[in-house]
Amino acid sequence: MRYVDEYRDGRAAHALAGELRELVEPGQNVKLMEVCGGHTHAIYRHGLDALLPPEVELVHGPGCPVCVIPMGRVDDAISIAERPEVTFASFGDMLRVPGGRRRSLLEAKARGADVRTVYSPLDALAIAQREPDREVVFFGVGFETTAPATALTLLRAREFGVRNFSLFCNHVLIGPALRAILDSPDVDIDGFVGPGHVSTVIGTRPYEFVCREYRRPVVVSGFEPNDILQAVAMLLRQLREGRAEVENEYGRVVREEGNPEALAAIDEAFAVREDFEWRGLGAIPHSGLRIADAFAEWDAELRFEVPGERIEDPKACRCGDVLRGRAKPWECTVFGTACTPERPLGTCMVSSEGACAAYYAYGRHTREQVSA
Amino acid sequence: MSDAVITLADGAGGKASRKLVEGLFLEELRNPMLEPLGDAAIVGENGTRIAITTDSYVVRPLRFPGGDIGELAVNGTVNDLAVSGASPLALTAGFVIEEGFPVAELRAIVASMAGAATVAGVAVAAGDTKVVERGAADGLFVTTAGVGLLDLRAVLGLEHVRAGDRVLVSGGIAEHGIAVMIARGNLGLSLDVRSDTASLLPLTDALCSLGPELRWMRDPTRGGLATTLNELAAGAGLSVRIEEQAIPVRDDVRAACELLGIDPLYVANEGKLVAVVSPDAADEALALLRAQPLGANTALIGELVEDTQPFVLAQTPFGTRIVDMLVGDPLPRIC
Repeated sequence: MRYVDEYRDGRAAHALAGELRELVEPGQNVKLMEVCGGHTHAIYRHGLDALLPPEVELVHGPGCPVCVIPMGRVDDAISIAERPEVTFASFGDMLRVPGGRRRSLLEAKARGADVRTVYSPLDALAIAQREPDREVVFFGVGFETTAPATALTLLRAREFGVRNFSLFCNHVLIGPALRAILDSPDVDIDGFVGPGHVSTVIGTRPYEFVCREYRRPVVVSGFEPNDILQAVAMLLRQLREGRAEVENEYGRVVREEGNPEALAAIDEAFAVREDFEWRGLGAIPHSGLRIADAFAEWDAELRFEVPGERIEDPKACRCGDVLRGRAKPWECTVFGTACTPERPLGTCMVSSEGACAAYYAYGRHTREQVSA
Repeated sequence: MSDAVITLADGAGGKASRKLVEGLFLEELRNPMLEPLGDAAIVGENGTRIAITTDSYVVRPLRFPGGDIGELAVNGTVNDLAVSGASPLALTAGFVIEEGFPVAELRAIVASMAGAATVAGVAVAAGDTKVVERGAADGLFVTTAGVGLLDLRAVLGLEHVRAGDRVLVSGGIAEHGIAVMIARGNLGLSLDVRSDTASLLPLTDALCSLGPELRWMRDPTRGGLATTLNELAAGAGLSVRIEEQAIPVRDDVRAACELLGIDPLYVANEGKLVAVVSPDAADEALALLRAQPLGANTALIGELVEDTQPFVLAQTPFGTRIVDMLVGDPLPRIC
């Protein structure tokens, strides 16, 4: 398969691993955060951590869009979905996410709510056009990666005058989340593997503040094993040479300026919220998108009354620490016991891109062998 | 939880399904024949060697490239008998039909059942029909059951599986699941992937000649190869080590899985066999299966090893990972 196989070549990977060993000094401890859940998933899916020198530690960041939706927002979604007139359309992986009382959209569906899986927000708009008697609500989640498609859907809804469609908007922004992590106490991340998909939209410039203000290097990376190893090598080289710059490993897809059309659509349809609550990280200023005033008519939060309750993250759960790189998944006392992918307690166990879920699904054998 | 309800995950063939079967059905219906939870149960007094099995089919759409619900209902039940080391004597078929269903379509589906039954050399010897009001069923549901005579050469069971035994899979995985997903038409993908639905009898028959060197067989349907291997590991109390790159997957199926963010290990098959054989018989088993048209792409994918805890471990070109049981439906990830 072109564009895949060449980046999964084992021999090239082992050569890169050799290069990585040359780039660290024995006894050195380098902490690198892979921001995006797609990277976390790929690292465990391919068993990549085995190829890193022991001096390099990967910390799993907050870039799993499903994981960061707070429980109160899930409850709001369920309350909209349970209205008899509503058809609630969502991406598949949001369906299993538990809200407060550990209920999910999947359970609401089993109890009679009209919840449907879609692969694109435009599919939800098409349902609204096909079924004019239903109130179709789309559950908008994701970073700048998915926000443009949602924005375009709003533009289309206005263009075609589809009034029985609305959006429950939970889109979030990567930059403010990075800043929040850099500003937290006892966080000592030496560099960042920058998100690939988000960067196809926003480009590489929005990460410059990380280098300028925090003196940390950022390398935007693709999602194949050899992309990630290459990005780690580029970060180690920067650290070794005392540089802190934004570099682009994913040049076959990501451009410095991003995708101007996608950014324009986001600008037109959305506005930045004062703050938005993230599961595990708390409220982060200017980190979420709301529907722009010009599109208020399509705002599900204005059309339907939602409980809007804030629900504390479970006390036993250390997701916040995991997301900041202060704890590893297996250091959390509920990991694999009270909190599993079937019945997740914390955010990181929810989607296969969450650090705990990825570790639970793919990685726990090595650790159990080491400790056995 | 007393107010719990059934969700779609309970029927997806992964962890939740297993919990439902063990925690509810087995608990209420417990008996020695049901207890092994195999593909078919062995019934009768000492001396008689009869296998029985049943399966319901609710696939949507009813027809898809490579097959339809009728063919699936015959092959699925034939295969449950086949992997238990039995050759089918007869099948039964029950039809739940929604009011308004076109007779011509029903006839076509039953005709393809007849075709599949002829290929498998088995008759549909009894049946039942119920018609329900519009909305009470989605077009057509089919349930088949089968009885078979156990092959006296084979002594199959997880209790016979030993460390060092080898694991084979009879060809490219994930074809049925991907064909059905594409046939639903809402992915905007056009790929020529056909369901692999087929009777496994020629393959299981060939392997039974290995006698006790053949330890265990299964058809990796719902939940895919990953779920079958997890059942093997848990039942044998051994880890299954597989070589990820040795697992046959057609290029276009792999590409579709990449696009959808789905791991082919978790996608359903309807005409593939997983077999465990002794290390000494591995080459012969490979040759026997490859000699059959249905098994031409058979591969040795791994072996059973002693471990602290039974896992399925995949060796990738980079390292090792766990292959866990499926949680929920394999829905595409969003980014």
